[in-house]
Amino acid sequence: MARYLKGIHVPHRKNTANKPAVRMDAPQTVTIPMAMHIGKPATLAVKVGDLVKVGTKIGEANGAVSANVYASVSGKVNKIEDCLLSNGATAPAVVIESDGAMSVDETLAAPTVTDRQSLVDALKESGIVGLGGAGFPTHVKFDVDPARIDYLIINGAECEPYVTSDTVTMLTRGDDMAYAIETIARCLGIGKVIIGIENNKKEAIAAMRAMAASVSVCDVQVTSLPSVYPQGGEKVLVYHATGRVIPMGKLPIDAGCVVINCTTLATIGAYLRTGMPLVEKCVTVDGGAVAQPQNVIAPIGTSIEALFAFCGGLKEQPTKILYGGPMMGITVPNADAPVLKNTNAVLALTEKEAKLPKTTACIRCGACVNNCPFGLAPAAISRAYDSRNADELVELAVDACMECGCCSYVCPANRPLVQKNKLSKQFLKEKRVKEANKQ
Amino acid sequence: MSSLTKLMISPHIHCGRSTGGIMRDVLIALLPATLAGTLIFGLRALLVVLVCVAACVLFELLFNLITKQAQTVGDLSAAVTGLLLALNLPVNIPIWQCVVGSLFAIVVVKCLFGGIGNNLVNPAITARVFMLVAFGSLAIPAFPVDAVASATPLAAEQMPSLMTLFLGNYGGAIGETSTLALLIGGIYLLVRRVITWHIPVVFIGTVFVFSFFMEGFDAVRALSMVMAGGLVIGAFFMATDYVTSPATPWGKVLFALGAGLFTCLIRYFGNYPEGVSFAILFMNILTPYIGRWTRRKVFGTGGDK
Repeated sequence: MARYLKGIHVPHRKNTANKPAVRMDAPQTVTIPMAMHIGKPATLAVKVGDLVKVGTKIGEANGAVSANVYASVSGKVNKIEDCLLSNGATAPAVVIESDGAMSVDETLAAPTVTDRQSLVDALKESGIVGLGGAGFPTHVKFDVDPARIDYLIINGAECEPYVTSDTVTMLTRGDDMAYAIETIARCLGIGKVIIGIENNKKEAIAAMRAMAASVSVCDVQVTSLPSVYPQGGEKVLVYHATGRVIPMGKLPIDAGCVVINCTTLATIGAYLRTGMPLVEKCVTVDGGAVAQPQNVIAPIGTSIEALFAFCGGLKEQPTKILYGGPMMGITVPNADAPVLKNTNAVLALTEKEAKLPKTTACIRCGACVNNCPFGLAPAAISRAYDSRNADELVELAVDACMECGCCSYVCPANRPLVQKNKLSKQFLKEKRVKEANKQ
Repeated sequence: MSSLTKLMISPHIHCGRSTGGIMRDVLIALLPATLAGTLIFGLRALLVVLVCVAACVLFELLFNLITKQAQTVGDLSAAVTGLLLALNLPVNIPIWQCVVGSLFAIVVVKCLFGGIGNNLVNPAITARVFMLVAFGSLAIPAFPVDAVASATPLAAEQMPSLMTLFLGNYGGAIGETSTLALLIGGIYLLVRRVITWHIPVVFIGTVFVFSFFMEGFDAVRALSMVMAGGLVIGAFFMATDYVTSPATPWGKVLFALGAGLFTCLIRYFGNYPEGVSFAILFMNILTPYIGRWTRRKVFGTGGDK
């Protein structure tokens, strides 16, 4: 098998990579949804009128795959409202009116972490979820038999255009990352840690090599990877870092790996040292419509509008506002939407930046097939989906699709390829559920 | 600010390539061959080109109008078909045959099968073969109006020199004789990443090796067999048609190998002096199966990639 999987060259547009992140003042209000992670929404732990401080728990994890939610400003719970989530569902959100003091909850204390169980408990308490975008509760990843973990892989690839918040983390939070690596390695007995970074981030690679040299409890390697999208895809990164293949439908742990994003790692380190849970997020604010693009450290729940105002406002009316990068990011209907735990970037794209060509007929050029990192045949999948041919979709292994969007990006006819892949996966899933119910 | 922005599923950016852009590149790549054909065969060659291109575009335009479908002539694929058809015809072809050939290529082969992307076989090649069979000797450059518009040297006893074959100053279809002009265009397509090396290299390589054996290990004769006739234009411009050739590298190799073998079988053992068009047409029909046999292994489904 090839050393590197296929991928595409996307424009980098890392305009904010060389500017330090700026911490913004407490916004007047924050809106904090109970569902900022994969899994069940957290259960409300406050009511209207309650006084909260930075780090006060306002949502209690509901079940194994869920996460605690904490107040990100000090002030009063103003109201509890329904918040529309990007998957179309709604979840309660706590609106806190800030008193401007940002006073910290006195009950917070650094956790005592000595072994695997205490580490998992601490992570569960911290409210930390995958901060690269997926939002998978982090404690679940470590709640496995340590003997199964051969590698801890730190994802610093940051392959999406514009986004630089992970780069800024790697440049400035090496101490937190080293502390987290040492603690995790000690508690789980992990011998090998690999940090994967795209080679367009030379300074981050240098900073991480310096950090790696300071860690003594385990072997930490920094791997420079080609700047080819989607380098940061979990299965892509694991393969490029270790040569191991995660089978379709399986998790990294099935290949002996635990993968966590570098900002997640730094947040773990900070929590283990101080006891401050996940309450703020470094967010890349960029896009052609933003007056002064920069990385902003904002309390979770800050409205996108307040973020834009902090960055000098908008130069022009954006056509699209995104959570995340332009390849896999999610559009939001308006700027009232809050910064979530897993928001790594907020982009305001102008009409010119977000312009997509007209969709025309497939000319069978094969660009989708030849650029798919996993060797799928998106055009054939589209045809199979259009005729709802479940057998053919299974044959074409559509479930292996990671939805990176390379196929749609390169299609000269701008066919909705990755979009049809997503629909196909959903179609197969529903069909399986139906068949299971029949029996 | 609460005005609604666009809600759309990712990705939100695009590489900027388009069908029209690709077809424009193909047209540009065929300019040297068109120019060479005009220089070698005279202004009537240009007339044939203009008639075929205009007829193909017009027929597609009319078909879309009559059947009330979205207009597709803007993607330039009809113009490419017209130009390729013209370059595969002899300079003395009657103009009415050009029009009938264009009608066949665009309406019968392409539009009736669903338009661009849905044709089973390459429209220009199929039209050429149709004209060859339907109009018999008329389409084969058999009655010279002047010295240079003679039959393809593949039918002749004495081959022209390698230099003559390379430059193109000998008998044959308008656009097929100048290997130099075709190579310039072919390299342009490779540089612009419109095509990959697989089909031209394997197709031409197969014909060379086969001819090398058949010509008694005479490299000069084998090279003549490569440069004379429609092989170079076929390998770079006709066999690489996206719609009717496989998408994966291995599929392309298999396709080109088959086309090369059939070309030689027809040339050496068949009734026609030239076999490139038939060979490509044959492989066009096999393309869906080759595509199926050479699908890439999906990552994570066991075995290698």
